Amino acid sequence: MRKLTFPMGGVHPDDTKYARDCAIEVLPLPPVVYVSVSQHLGAPAVPCVAVGDKVKAGQVVAEPGGFISAYVHSPVSGTVKSIGPRKDIAGRPVTHIEIVVEGDEWAEGIDLSPELVPEIPTDRAAVLEKIKAAGVVGLGGATFPTHVKLNPPPESKAECLIIDGAECEPYLTSDYRIMVERPDEIVVGAAIMQMVLGGCRAVLAVEDNKPEAIEALRASVARLGYANMEVAPLKCKYPQGSEKQLIDAVLGRQTKPGALPISVGAVVQNAGTALAVYEAVQKNKPLVTNVLTVTGDCLSGEKMHNYLFRAGMTLSYIAEYAGGVPADAAKIVSGGPMMGKPIANLDAATVKGSPAILYLSEEATRRGKEGPCIRCGRCADACPMGLEPFLLNRLAKAGDIEALKENEVLNCIECGCCLYSCPAYIPLLDRIRTAKVLAKKR
Amino acid sequence: MTETILWTVAILAGLGLVLSVILFLIAKRFRVEEDPRIDKVEAVMPGANCGGCGFAGCRAFASAAVAAPNLDGIFCPVGGNDVMKQVADILGYEVQEQAPMVAVVRCNGSCANRPKTNEYDGVKSCQAKAALYAGDTGCAFGCLGCGDCVAACQFGALRMDPETGLPVVDETKCTACGACVRTCPKGIIELRKKGPRGMRVYVRCVNKDKGAVARKACAAACIGCGKCAKVCASDAITIENNLSYIDFEKCRLCKKCVAECPTGAILAVNFPVVKPKPSPVEVNKEESHA
Repeated sequence: MRKLTFPMGGVHPDDTKYARDCAIEVLPLPPVVYVSVSQHLGAPAVPCVAVGDKVKAGQVVAEPGGFISAYVHSPVSGTVKSIGPRKDIAGRPVTHIEIVVEGDEWAEGIDLSPELVPEIPTDRAAVLEKIKAAGVVGLGGATFPTHVKLNPPPESKAECLIIDGAECEPYLTSDYRIMVERPDEIVVGAAIMQMVLGGCRAVLAVEDNKPEAIEALRASVARLGYANMEVAPLKCKYPQGSEKQLIDAVLGRQTKPGALPISVGAVVQNAGTALAVYEAVQKNKPLVTNVLTVTGDCLSGEKMHNYLFRAGMTLSYIAEYAGGVPADAAKIVSGGPMMGKPIANLDAATVKGSPAILYLSEEATRRGKEGPCIRCGRCADACPMGLEPFLLNRLAKAGDIEALKENEVLNCIECGCCLYSCPAYIPLLDRIRTAKVLAKKR
Repeated sequence: MTETILWTVAILAGLGLVLSVILFLIAKRFRVEEDPRIDKVEAVMPGANCGGCGFAGCRAFASAAVAAPNLDGIFCPVGGNDVMKQVADILGYEVQEQAPMVAVVRCNGSCANRPKTNEYDGVKSCQAKAALYAGDTGCAFGCLGCGDCVAACQFGALRMDPETGLPVVDETKCTACGACVRTCPKGIIELRKKGPRGMRVYVRCVNKDKGAVARKACAAACIGCGKCAKVCASDAITIENNLSYIDFEKCRLCKKCVAECPTGAILAVNFPVVKPKPSPVEVNKEESHA
């Protein structure tokens, strides 16, 4: 069978998924956690507990601050010690709720047993409400509130639900591990979302560098026997995990600039989100845990891990537990090497969507000296959005915002393919990202 | 041979004559009537086309000034009161004198005061840096030090001090056009009244963190302690979000706050240097010498 992929652009970075065989380990509880109120895209949540309150794990500690917002729950049981600004991974102050951990008591009604509940509920509104109440957000990177995405406007019809198991970034293995270890839960989660979207088709898309995950999901789909669901292996190519590229790969449909996936009848949810939906709906468990990869090219094999963490543990706590920051780490990244965010503050707390702690060596992060553009066109070939990065770079340097907009700068998904492929080491993405900020302001 | 040259000259001259007549007629027919005062006003403008007045350039300013019923809200910061007086004379308007302004850098996070917590290796641009994260020090509010303001200044009034890593304003060159204010992604540059003989007092910090956090990030940070506000006799100081701000309209330049500030975040510039009185010990020494 012909393997599916998106037709335009893309690059093939080294796979480097060194931590793929590390089974998920549960992190022990730290003495204190810091729960950010901004763990999702959209308006920050509003704290609804006071200093001194006793909270249980899974209890709501902050309520949505707008339509596009999400509930935030306490990941631990303990006492609220303070509520105030604390620096996030970018060093920007964000309101955090500090909770001192006491024991590990979960709120009532949360089912922590490992038994699978395969029966799909039929009350759509109740399920959506449960997903909202559990604070489920997209775990593929953007952390968009899931209940909003699963409730498209009535005039649009979802034809296909795509479960994103592409995990196209090098190094990251957290999605891979949950697909291998908990495929049944992901499949049930997908079936629940299928029901919410009105019984559309569901495709679990996994890149072909993860054959074990494909096998596990296939076996699970066959065993559970939900209608209209299939596993689709994708030909490996970065950035396949990006929403628009994934829709193109699976359905062969192109999303218009600025349009949402629902405009072409698709809804994309990450594999981790499917698991979170399963836990929210079948087990009443809010989204307070997620899997994070500790990896990097300057770590030896036995120091790599996939951890089940609670959102609110600090990165430094996890790094310490994993054996400390390696001496030759030149850069620490939250996420993959292509799109991950540099960690400016290791004391920052993890959030629901924290994907990884990645230690990169001096050699891996070194930037070449910027040379002149030789008009080779590699960046334009590599751009999955069909943009002309060399042109955008020139316009950004000139500060011509109008021309940048005409050349669709706002369509850039910041995947970094242009920068990756440039032989002259021109910091294309840096300039385009800056230009996007300026273009949005005007 | 001579004939060829003559013919060539004659044809070209004839062509030139005919075309010039056509051009003359077209210019007459499609002549744009414009208020002659616009040219006059433009002639007295500084011609920097900096956009500091809020219009696209000096000509746009001149058109707007001619079209407006009075000169309220129309002011050329570069030319200042002299130019505005000339403009008012041409147009026959009244002009209100405005106090000259100057750009001030409200950050003292020098390399010594504000230790680096991480290293930035991206494009050398404050905008790019701000788009990515809070900055390479513990302070999320202060100067990023890549010099976007220096690049924005058309008058050469800004330069980066290599020792502190902060921009420095040359008061004699600064025209208060505001280009740097608009460029700075952190908003640390402010236009303030130049003050009598250039004397002014301002808070050289924009950090809104709580005192302890701000102090940890930068030795010269305003910690919002409020001592300056208490000591201020003219009610010019407000503390908001853990940050002190001195209203330059109210400040009477008494400098009490400067001495009171525990972190030295308040700066007084251009005050005459008071000669320190010789201490009694030294006086005695001199006497004994004599």
